[in-house]
Parts: sequence; structure tokens; C-alpha cells
Amino acid sequence: MATVDHPLTGQGRAAELNVIARKQRSLARDAFERLMKNRAAMIGLFIIVVAGLVALFAPAVSPSDPTSTIIDGRQNPALREPLWGNPKYVDTRFPLGTDQIGRDMLSRLIWGARVSMVVGFVPVALVFMIGVSVGMLAGYKGGRTDQLLMRLTDVIYAFPDLLFIIIIMATLRDHWLGEILGGLVLLFGAIAIVNWTGMARLVRGQVLSLKEKEYVEAARTIGATDLRIMANHLFPNALSPVIVAVAFAIPGAILAEATLGFLGIGIKPPTATWGSMMNEGYQVFSSTPWPVMLPAICISIIMLSFTFVGDGLRDALDPRMKGTQ
Amino acid sequence: MTRYAIQRLLLLVPTLFFVALITFALARAAPGSPFDRNQDRPLPQATIERLNRIYGLDKPMHEQFVLFLGNAVRFDFGSSLVRDRAVADIVKQQFPVSAQLGVQALLLALAIALPLGVISALRHNSAVDYGSLLFATIGTTIPSFVLAIFAIYIFSVNLHWLPVFGWGTVDKMVLPTIILSLGPMAFLTRITRASMLEAIRQDYVRTARAKGLSEQAVIVGHAMKNAMIPVATVLGPFTAFLITGSFLIETVFSVPGLGREFVRSIGSRDYPVIMGVFLLFAFLIAAANLTVDLVYGVLDPRIKVGK
Repeated sequence: MATVDHPLTGQGRAAELNVIARKQRSLARDAFERLMKNRAAMIGLFIIVVAGLVALFAPAVSPSDPTSTIIDGRQNPALREPLWGNPKYVDTRFPLGTDQIGRDMLSRLIWGARVSMVVGFVPVALVFMIGVSVGMLAGYKGGRTDQLLMRLTDVIYAFPDLLFIIIIMATLRDHWLGEILGGLVLLFGAIAIVNWTGMARLVRGQVLSLKEKEYVEAARTIGATDLRIMANHLFPNALSPVIVAVAFAIPGAILAEATLGFLGIGIKPPTATWGSMMNEGYQVFSSTPWPVMLPAICISIIMLSFTFVGDGLRDALDPRMKGTQ
Repeated sequence: MTRYAIQRLLLLVPTLFFVALITFALARAAPGSPFDRNQDRPLPQATIERLNRIYGLDKPMHEQFVLFLGNAVRFDFGSSLVRDRAVADIVKQQFPVSAQLGVQALLLALAIALPLGVISALRHNSAVDYGSLLFATIGTTIPSFVLAIFAIYIFSVNLHWLPVFGWGTVDKMVLPTIILSLGPMAFLTRITRASMLEAIRQDYVRTARAKGLSEQAVIVGHAMKNAMIPVATVLGPFTAFLITGSFLIETVFSVPGLGREFVRSIGSRDYPVIMGVFLLFAFLIAAANLTVDLVYGVLDPRIKVGK
């Protein structure tokens, strides 16, 4: 990823528009306006906000309990078809039908959105905090911290994130660690452990190039402490690529959860997650496609939304990259 | 260059050592012993002790780890706990299926992505370009197993064109190969397009045109030749892509490969198989990354690899 040289970007844009005596605007505002003009990113953002609200108010908006089987009088099948299905098996209380053991699909999808959102944000927040702190320290101080970090990342880079997360979940899910909150805590930990090194490396690289800049020198000359330099001078200037990395880390975490759920080693049943719904629905795929198709569609939409926002952010924060990636 | 190659080769050793250490620690941290599988009829205490002695599980942890390392180097991970077979035999029998699937997918990805990437760069901002960008975004964003579900729904469940499950005949290989290749294909299209866009704006391309070379000679001989260097570097991550993609695709399509075996072993807590296959995957990926780094140095002499 190219480093962002803010003053240059700003000047380049001003020259291009041939506006010399315009009102001064901050770079953040510039970037924000560019983002607002990106239609795909705005649609993605809208979908994410809606999904986030649905996830937040899941108990209020979901029509039934996502984990209980509703049989009421029927023997077999407990399965109801969605509204567009065979009218004989449609029950209007279940607009999207039920899965093969009679649980309401709509409610399960709504609660699944909640899991996806939580898994998207919590581990990434951890990655952000650990990665930024370690990356700053390693880049600014150098020395042993730096050496240790680089060796660690070398090892973790040797095999792909997903495989590493899978092996952690596969071995520790029966451990007491894997029992906390139905495995959610272990999942957070696994995703964070695998991803923080990438973030730390990115921040370290930024800091290495920024710390030789004049304004850092100036701050040091007037007696600013290391902490102040890192927090007030280095951090804000290293932020743009970090924001882009975070924007892409979120769908990455959601994908990891969905994959684990699909493999049957994610969050423990009966919690509804889109991945585990696909796992269960897949077993009856050829006769009843909707229990697997609906969560598959949800995963696709949310992944595309996050990617559009990430692409939009990257173009907005670093316009020189636009159209080349 | 030779020095760099040797350095990189030596770095492979500690990397794999740590991978083995992490794997070993995780496997030992997993609760339960291989011998308490049948809850209703637990083995007598004396038998368990004897079994522990036979398999060296009574030794201190560090000795067990040394033993594990020694065995791992010879690719001896003992026997599957579920199937009455050695892990090495399972790998020997099922790896070729995965390898075939992977190679087919890789070739398909290259055959489509390279021309598509070059054409969209040459016709920058045309309909073809937007189309291939859209394809690249979808292919890299939507997970392979989700695409597989969509493909089965359309081509097998609704249209009945292709069988859903199995392996061995051509019609059964079509869907798994295409779906597995989509991710790498999309990724490769993106890289090829970006790299080609940059190449055709370089001075040497203008020079080549100025001295009167045919358009074909300029594009193929000058632009493409240089644009392929960044493309070669992604072949490393590709291997990782094909391996992780493969076990999901093999599971969805019931392809009897090593990936499906890996997923099965995770489901049945078959630790020797999990460890063996995982270490094999880690080794393959590390080796692929190393090869690519070395080839990169040869392809592009501007890169100072010795540093």
C-alpha cells in the first residue's frame, strides 16, 4: 500500500481544479466529501447501518424465538415453506419459512445478523488497539520490540489466517476457553491473535517513514515527550491506511465466522449464525433450498457492502490509488 | 542471490519449528485423551496407562515434543483415531485428488484472468473493463462456499445440468473446478489489470511505439513482459488460496480429497489427522512463498534481494 502524503494530495487536488483562493478545508472533510459521492460505498453503508440496527434491536424485531422448534399440531415435516413456496406448506407467521426442525428462518437470520455484526466489530477493535500500540512502539523505539515483532509476524505470515483460526477453534473448542459465551470469546481471541500482526506491521511501516519528518523533529526540539509525539503527531498522520485496513478487516472477520460456522466449529448451537445455518441447511439442500440459500444471500450482501465501503474509503483517503487497484 | 536463497531457506526452519510448536501445544491443550472416546464403556485404568506408555504420552512434555518433531520430519503422525489407518496413508491416497483439483483450478484461473486483465487494461474504462472489475469484486468478496451453494442451486437443483456430488468423471469435476478457480481468477484479473495499466503508461512503451514497432509487439513484447512480474508474486498467496479454498469446496461437493478429510477430522476430533494435514498445508504454503520470493528476484533484477 502506498503511503499517504497528505500535503501533496491536497495540493494536487487544488491544482487540478485550478482553485487557488478557495476556502480552506481539512483533509478529513475532503475525504468525506469524496466518500459521499461514491454511490456504491453509500449503498454499502446504508445496508450496513440497516443490518446494524436490526442486529441491535434483534429481540424487538424478530417475530419468534430463533432457537425453539415450533411444531403446533404438525407431525412431520415441521418445515414450512417461505411465502413464495408451495401454498399448501406456507404459514404466514413464518414469511421466510422454517428450517428442517421447525425454527423460524426470519428470526434466525435476524439473530444471525447480530452475531455477524459483533464478530465483525469486537475482534477488529482488539486488533486495532493491539496492532496500533505495538506497531507504534516497534516503529518509534525500534530495538528489541521491533526485532521480536518482526520475527513473530514472519511466523504468523507463514500460513494463511483462516487455517490458523480453524486450527485454534478445532483444538480448543472443547476446552473451558471455548465454553465462554458459547465459544464467542475464543472466536474473538482467535481472530485477534491471527490478525493483529498485520496491523502492527502496517503501523510500524508508517511510523518508520513519519518519524524522520520535520514536524516530529520540531516537536522533539520543544521538549515533547515520546508519548505525546506518538499520540499527537504520529498517530493522526498514520491513520488513513489504518482506517482502510480496518474497513477490510471487518468483512474478513465476518467471513472467518461464517466459514467456521459452515464447517461446524464456530459458535456453539443452538445460537443462530449465518454460517451455522448454512451448515445445517446444507444437509437438506436438494429438497428444500431456502434454509441454505437465505443465509448464503445474507452473507453475500453483507460482504459486498463492506467491500464497497472499504474500496470507497481507500479511494477517498488516497485518491492517487483510484482505479488502479 | 545465492546467499539470499540460503538465508531464506534457513528461515524456513524456525518458521516451521514454531508452526509445529503451536500445533503441538494446541493439540495437547485440547481436553480429553485419545483413549476416553467411548463414554459408556471407559477403558480400565491399567489399559489406559499401558496405552499411554506405548504412545509415549507418559513422558514429560518437552520429550513428547521432541518425539513429535522427529516423527513429523519423517511425516509419521501415527494412526487416525477414527479410521484404522495411518495418517501418512490417508494423505498419500487423498492428496492427489486435491492436487488435481488445485492444478485444474489454477490453470483455469490463469487461462481466463490473464487475457481478461490485459484486455480490460487496454480498454480502460470501457464496458469490458467495468465488467471485469465487477467480476473481480464479486469473485474476491463472496466466499467460495457461498458461490458453490449458488452454483449448485442453479446448475444442479434447478437446471439438472450437472451432478451435485462426487468426483472421477468430467461432469462431476466441472463445478468444483470452476468454483475453486473463481477466487484466484478474480484476484488475478485485478492484479493483471492494475499491473498492465501501469506498464502501458511507462516511457519504454512510448519509446517502443515511437520507434515504429507494431502495436502487437509493443503490448506483448514490452508491456506484458514487464506487467507479468507483479503477477508472478501473487502465485504464493495463490497456493494458500487454493488450499483453504479446496477444503471448503471439497466439503460442499463431496470431493474425496485431503481437504474434505481435514474437515472430517476436525468434526470427529481426530487429532493425528488434524495435525498431520495442517502441518503439510503449512509446509506447502511456506515452500510456495519461498519459491515465489526467489523467482521474483530472478525475474526483476531491480529488486535487491540481498538486503
